[in-house]
Amino acid sequence: MNAGHSTTVLAASTPAPQIDYAALAPMIAVFGAAVLGVIAEAFLPRRGRYAAQLVLAAAGAVGGFAAVVTLAGTESAVMDGSVIVDGATLFMQGTILLVGALSLLLFAQRRAAAPGGAGKREAVPAGTSDASDALAFDVADAPAPEAGVEPSGTTGPPGRGLDAFAAQASSVPGSPSESMADRVGIAQTEVFPLAMFAIGGMMLFPASGDLITMFIALEVLSLPLYLLCGLARYRRLISQEAALKYFLLGAFSSAFFIFGAALLYGYAGTVSLTGIGDVVRERVAADGPGGPTVLALTGAGLLSVGLLFKVGAVPFHSWIPDVYQGAPTPVTAFMASATKIAAFGALLRVFLTALPALHDQWRPVIWAVAIVTMVFGSVAALTQTDVKRMLAYSSVSHIGFMLTALVPASEDGLSAALFYLVAYGFSALGAFAMVGLVRRRGGRGPEGGPVQEEPDTARWAGLGRRHPLFAAALALLLLAFAGIPLTSGFVAKFVVFSAALSADEIALVVVGVVCSAIAAFFYIRVIVLMFFADSHPGMPRVIRPSAPVVVTVAVSVAVTVVLGVAPQPVLDLAWHAAPMLS
Amino acid sequence: MNGFGWLTVLWALPAAGALAVFAVPRSRPVVAKAFALTVALATLAVSIGLAAAFDTGGDRYQFIVDHDWIPAIGVGYHLGLDGIGVALMLLTAVLVPLLVLAGWRDPDRTAPPWAPSGAQPAASGPQDNEPRGNGRPAHTYVALVLATTAMVMVAFTALDIFLFYVVFEAMLIPLYFLIGGFGPNAAEEGRRSRAAVKFLLYNLLGGLIMLAAVIGVYVVTAADSSPFASGTFDLPAIAQAVSAGQLAISAPVANALFAGFMFAFAVKAPLWPFHTWMPDAAVYTTPSVAVLMMAVVDKVGTFAMLRFCLELFPDASRRFAPWIVALSVVAVVYGAILAIGQRDVMRLIAYTSISHFGFIILGIFALTSQGQSGSTLYMVNHGLSTAALFLIAGFLVSRRGTRAISAFGGVQRVAPVLAGTFLVAGMATLSLPGLAPFISEFLVLIGTYTRYGAAAVIATIALALSAVYILWLYQRVMGGKTDEGNHRLADLGRRELVVVTPLIALLLVLGLYPKPMLDVINPGVRAVDTQTDTSDAGPRQPTPGAGAGAADADDVPARDVPAGGEAAGGQGVQP
Repeated sequence: MNAGHSTTVLAASTPAPQIDYAALAPMIAVFGAAVLGVIAEAFLPRRGRYAAQLVLAAAGAVGGFAAVVTLAGTESAVMDGSVIVDGATLFMQGTILLVGALSLLLFAQRRAAAPGGAGKREAVPAGTSDASDALAFDVADAPAPEAGVEPSGTTGPPGRGLDAFAAQASSVPGSPSESMADRVGIAQTEVFPLAMFAIGGMMLFPASGDLITMFIALEVLSLPLYLLCGLARYRRLISQEAALKYFLLGAFSSAFFIFGAALLYGYAGTVSLTGIGDVVRERVAADGPGGPTVLALTGAGLLSVGLLFKVGAVPFHSWIPDVYQGAPTPVTAFMASATKIAAFGALLRVFLTALPALHDQWRPVIWAVAIVTMVFGSVAALTQTDVKRMLAYSSVSHIGFMLTALVPASEDGLSAALFYLVAYGFSALGAFAMVGLVRRRGGRGPEGGPVQEEPDTARWAGLGRRHPLFAAALALLLLAFAGIPLTSGFVAKFVVFSAALSADEIALVVVGVVCSAIAAFFYIRVIVLMFFADSHPGMPRVIRPSAPVVVTVAVSVAVTVVLGVAPQPVLDLAWHAAPMLS
Repeated sequence: MNGFGWLTVLWALPAAGALAVFAVPRSRPVVAKAFALTVALATLAVSIGLAAAFDTGGDRYQFIVDHDWIPAIGVGYHLGLDGIGVALMLLTAVLVPLLVLAGWRDPDRTAPPWAPSGAQPAASGPQDNEPRGNGRPAHTYVALVLATTAMVMVAFTALDIFLFYVVFEAMLIPLYFLIGGFGPNAAEEGRRSRAAVKFLLYNLLGGLIMLAAVIGVYVVTAADSSPFASGTFDLPAIAQAVSAGQLAISAPVANALFAGFMFAFAVKAPLWPFHTWMPDAAVYTTPSVAVLMMAVVDKVGTFAMLRFCLELFPDASRRFAPWIVALSVVAVVYGAILAIGQRDVMRLIAYTSISHFGFIILGIFALTSQGQSGSTLYMVNHGLSTAALFLIAGFLVSRRGTRAISAFGGVQRVAPVLAGTFLVAGMATLSLPGLAPFISEFLVLIGTYTRYGAAAVIATIALALSAVYILWLYQRVMGGKTDEGNHRLADLGRRELVVVTPLIALLLVLGLYPKPMLDVINPGVRAVDTQTDTSDAGPRQPTPGAGAGAADADDVPARDVPAGGEAAGGQGVQP
């Protein structure tokens, strides 16, 4: 903290601070790729954009990750302390880059050229073992041979646009211009630079050293997400509704955040997190935890509203189910994994760097929020039939578990939360990726073509018999959410609970354990449906995923298992990352 | 044999087998089953080797394997075998190959086992050709059985609380898929799947509450006042510190932690009133899976009471013992009475198990060495007798396709071998002298009588009740006039005889000559007692190792170790 102070003083006397570009390299790589992506979108012919965007995004992610690895072990406060690069920052940036890059692989899945031949394929008797796996309808694969069969509603085979994203967001759902755009094969390749901007903002969010930088990072990560949410190819109206909801509520939460920042500035005379931390500590030491901190408490409260909104803690969670349901499934996967990590990282940064001296005041609040979040998330998920909504509520309850680790404000808790973020991020990414692969024959007009996503779990009955590998992998991820041993979810819950119990937070642990038991019910219900329920004629199928999607799913499943069996390396990393630079 | 990690082999062998079985081509289910049988027999060979090399006069834990696993939270990969573990390891290793063999045709849904009699048209629906499970049911079935075996083996040898917890919870998953996925009657699929979910949720809840207690143990050992540098899960070290009085756990904390552990084990065992998941699961799944659950996996619960509850929380165990003894007595009588009233063969046998689990837990919490030796022996004997009874009943049921007792009658005339073996297994279940369970039940009752006379007397009532349920069952099913529909019942086939013969033989051998088994068990139980007793510096410090030299069960049991110090209040604090 002394170092932080002296830097501030130094900065005041030297108007042009030295910028340590090396420490910013991970973010520079990602933002650079995003900017180049926008330029490519403007100048490249449509034909080459898809490949170019993929290469650019991959280069940005790989470059950024390489920079993170190179920086590992260093600590510095860059740009006059407005960006803090320490162990926790690098840990979260690395994780965000990994899950972000894997989400981009989901974005990249393209549609099949022709969905024809449905009737013929359906006629194959169900379950002639080998054939049953191949029965999936291909979205990603080359044109099916039965292309001659005209699908009803369109006058030609649709082009190879991105699978999850509408060909033209501006076209009215169900209109002729939409099906036209679809047929021509317009691909919204701008989703890649948008996502890269979001990833860059997410990397900056937990690295922010002052409230202004944090606010800018918040907006940089949120604006592309608002847009991405509205671009779904399937169920476009819900998607647009989700985008609007997310935007409006997000704008409110931003307002809360900036209002809180203003009050804290009024209290401390600085927006620097370490500066605020020092002032609060001095005043509390001088006056005791009484009157003078009211301004600080109000500011901290409003700031927390903004941050708790972003992570989706009760009572600021109401957008989560709607947005997760409506957004294109790859975007949902992206938000559930990367955005959660970034937002929770910023929450940790604010509470542990700027407000540790007010721990006595905010502890009961976060304690209550954690309990309500765990209980509400688990109970609400019980009644969901839409798998995306169910996983959305489950993500709410997981945020409750993570908040449990924040309550003691200890290093144990911080490293436990970091581990939980990694474990949950990968599992959520894989789960949403897989959920997006379950399709049914649509029939609701041309809005989404003949193949629709099928999120209704009641219709998933018997899926495990036709697609055993798919169902087994999804079951594994669900068991990880439930916290069954030998999966990452168990170790994550374990470290979080032990951090809480070390601080004598017995009530939190008991509630957490009971909520885990409740939550196990709805995860297991999906497994029961997939494996033990009888199949029916209208059962959805799992499309054959393209190679990048397979990679994403395989990596997330592998991480889930490895972190369950041999968590030591990542626990070590989280442990070393734990003391935040303050 | 000590240097090499044989205990790792013990679980790695079936675990590797469970994965390798999927390398067998899909079209060759018989090869997959034969492969699994080979793996199970190899595991049995390793177990027999370990048991033969086990030195009954040597260290308490032998063949120790100790490595770091997750040092960040003090978790080690620490395995070791004691006498109690040897007995249960052998039980598991003997039963699993027999269960694979007994369930040989269970996964083949296209040919229901009862097809010859054709009594169940429900099974020959249009779905018959659809691959069940995941398209290779036989592979999945044996893989799940082997995976469960591997985890049970870890549970019986784990000396690290975290490691034990991991397998304790994880073994629910393969067992859940076995119960939910495989059953003899396609018409009962819905009920079976509900039973499986009930099994899983019940046990998961128990496990999660135990998780809080496991973390609590870690926090206690990580506390500044503890003798450990950092938190640990190492059972021998913690038990040592507890019994030496170095690790002070205040009475309320110890009570809470004990209750957390005990709840999970009581659900698993199952102890009345936490038993309700068990009969359903046992009835709707295949007999082999039910036996795997009741005879092997549920033993982890009673085993863990002996190993974890008593050693970690000796004072709390003494405080809770009267209550648990009371619950066990209720279970003993309740299970027996409900068994009498059943109209379903399998459900009847399931309820007898609840009664027998009551006996086992009664012996453990009588806190006497006879009681605990008897309980350990009872775990083995109950495994054998239940396996025999349940499997033979399963063979019978598979011939008719119904479990209703009223559908049978006069079977002994048409299938004398089946009826005869069933009678022997039934006599074992009612603890007829000369058959294995008699000695264990006798030891449990004697061990209990010295401490809880009334409990022992009430539990004795169940002996009479067991005669009622077994003999009446035999009379209704096997005796009397041969009913219509039973005339063409086939006697036990060759495969079925191979399954039944070793079980009957073991019941007879252990009934007449239990000394080898007790020689192994007694030192282990004495070690538990020593750990448990040294911590209470009560006035009546007994001669250590009561029953030492009385390894032979036929000796009159020595006057027991009175566990003294019944009074509540943090005795663990005393130096």
